[in-house]
Amino acid sequence: MTEKLTMAAALNRALRDAMRADDTVVMFGEDVGPLGGVFRITDGLTAEFGDQRCFDTPLAESGILGMAIGMAMNGMRPVVEMQFDAFAYPAFEQVVSHAAKMRNRTRGKLTVPIVIRIPYAGGIGGVEHHCDSSEAYYAHTPGLHVVAPSDPADAYGLLRHAIASDDPVVFLEPKKLYFARAEADLTAPVPPIGTAVIRRPGTDATLIAYGPAVPVALEAAEAAAQEGRSLQVVDVRSIVPFDDDTVCDAVRSTGRAVVVAEAAGFGSVSAEVVARVTERCFHWLHAPIRRVTGFDIPYPPPKLEHFHLPSVDRVLDAVDDLQWEDA
Amino acid sequence: MTRDAALLLPSTEPVTLIDPDGHPVPVGQDMPDPQALLHAYAALIAARRLNDQAGALVRQGRLAVYPSSHGQEACQVACVQVLDDGDWLFPTYRDTAAIVARGVDPVQALTLLRGDWHNGYDPAATRVAPQATPLATHLLHAVGVAHAARLRGEPTVVMATCGDGATSEGDFHEALNFAAVFRTPVVFFVQNNHYAISVPLDRQTAAPSLAHKGVGYGIPGERVDGNDVAALLSVLGAAVDRARSGDGPQLIEAHTYRVQAHTNADDPGRYRSADEVTPWLAKDPIMRLETFLRGRGLLDDDTIAAYVEQASLVAERMRTGLAGEPETDYRDLFAHVYAEPTPQLLDQQALVADEVSRD
Ligand SMILES: Cc1ncc(C[n+]2csc(CCOP(=O)(O)OP(=O)(O)O)c2C)c(N)n1
Ligand SMILES: [Mg+2]
Repeated sequence: MTEKLTMAAALNRALRDAMRADDTVVMFGEDVGPLGGVFRITDGLTAEFGDQRCFDTPLAESGILGMAIGMAMNGMRPVVEMQFDAFAYPAFEQVVSHAAKMRNRTRGKLTVPIVIRIPYAGGIGGVEHHCDSSEAYYAHTPGLHVVAPSDPADAYGLLRHAIASDDPVVFLEPKKLYFARAEADLTAPVPPIGTAVIRRPGTDATLIAYGPAVPVALEAAEAAAQEGRSLQVVDVRSIVPFDDDTVCDAVRSTGRAVVVAEAAGFGSVSAEVVARVTERCFHWLHAPIRRVTGFDIPYPPPKLEHFHLPSVDRVLDAVDDLQWEDA
Repeated sequence: MTRDAALLLPSTEPVTLIDPDGHPVPVGQDMPDPQALLHAYAALIAARRLNDQAGALVRQGRLAVYPSSHGQEACQVACVQVLDDGDWLFPTYRDTAAIVARGVDPVQALTLLRGDWHNGYDPAATRVAPQATPLATHLLHAVGVAHAARLRGEPTVVMATCGDGATSEGDFHEALNFAAVFRTPVVFFVQNNHYAISVPLDRQTAAPSLAHKGVGYGIPGERVDGNDVAALLSVLGAAVDRARSGDGPQLIEAHTYRVQAHTNADDPGRYRSADEVTPWLAKDPIMRLETFLRGRGLLDDDTIAAYVEQASLVAERMRTGLAGEPETDYRDLFAHVYAEPTPQLLDQQALVADEVSRD
């Protein structure tokens, strides 16, 4: 039963279905009530479920996170929205010191089944503080799951999994992809958090991407095909836990890889992917793994962001660099 | 809920019912009944004994560190005595005596400071949250626990403690504001012991008092003599009743003093004089209650001896329970990171298992 819908609509459906299925699921944050969130992801939830289940809080991100942790300690499954990636930073201490550690500190006696939804990353012409790729901060913190879908079907399925998870999940929603339409069957099961997926088969080299970089990788693969080069595209989907098996099997099958990510490259998830794959696939590699990432700069202003974001050309140049002459 | 600022302001002086010499202070407030005072007295003796014993265990190397509540035991005892079984306590690192007063096994309560795990008791079963070290962060969890209970229509009240220094943290403000806006049944209990490690209260705030901070959020504030357990029982008890009846949160500031070092690792000689400490010794919470109860014929040497004996059982339990090295298991490191360990964590555990098997 496929339909054509946006990621925003799929996320809204996931929240609605989860709240219908489980009374302990509550949704709160800034402007998520009657307004439906600045991106309208929570549209209609207060109307359907009442303002005890979907509500606005005072403007205080640490407060939102801390209260969610307390509610989770006492039997609820809160989903919270941070209005934008860079506005989640005031909540960082609550995420890192409490959400991530509560299970561990208490040997599993207290758990924090919360979902931290974060409209994430750039490419939307946003002014400063509205376009950060903050995944590395969370991915570096043991105790958190970190997920970044790239299409409506995954957005729906992964958000349902995230809400059902007994662990805290940082759910990164690529803003750039919110309103892109795609065919999706929301009734089809999505594999659990922790599984990557091959988005496009290919035999010459593997592009590894997640979130907003996936469409860029797919476009690059399409362009490469015109030139007779067959690129495989892996969508990581779940940054933590990381699916070493799927990613490494893919790289072994081609012997060449490029990691594509929007975040600055230094100390990043893309660096981790290169390290992991190299440790496991060294003898299969015909060339060092290349990365196409954002530069190591604060996120640029709208008129300059196109210089910064991984582009199809930059990806193809990196692919060209994979020592084909030695093959 | 009132929005009349005057009604939210604390009294001009901290509420006192029994003065430092053990005399009742004539005020409008009711004295707690004799049973409650005797119960508090026994708990005070036990709390003091626990503090002393923990200090000794640090010196013997059995505990890594101990932030003592010596001199603040009235606060420790009262904030627990006013709670029902279904209520929650959200303590700080300095509140071990309160946790034990709530019924938690002292050896489990000291797991954090012994160092064999971050938390040793079952918070869900005991309704005592893990001791919070990141200052004021737990106050928001207290609001969340109370809010969840309220959504389900449960009569739970949450007692959340912090120090004077912690009131400068952002989370203190966010917690008070959230609690006020959502009208959650939380009692915020600030033990103002006048120091945050070395930094005195006047470097922490320019407000008339910490209790005055409530007015900014629409929360009633009250000040109470933190070494007068009778006044604490009365003021905290009223705040708990008020919260339970649906009237929202309250902010209580107890005036007390940290007579000892911040922890055993601290050197208070670098930032305050002995002259400053001495007057507070005369305000000790135990002596004044003892004098008062003896004066009323409610306490005699035999009863005191019985309480001391009870307290020594707690100390004995600490000495035996904390003797020797704790048993640890490396598998615990990996077992409680996620509901299910990730493949990567299983690999890392296998690495340690291999190392251990070679030892
Ligand atoms: C967020 C944070 N910053 C700093 C510290 C280090 N620290 C531990 S206790 C303390 C002083 C706290 O003073 P107060 O709140 O008055 O409580 P008291 O120790 O006097 O009971 C400090 C600075 C901490 N635990 N958490
Ligand atoms: Mg203090």
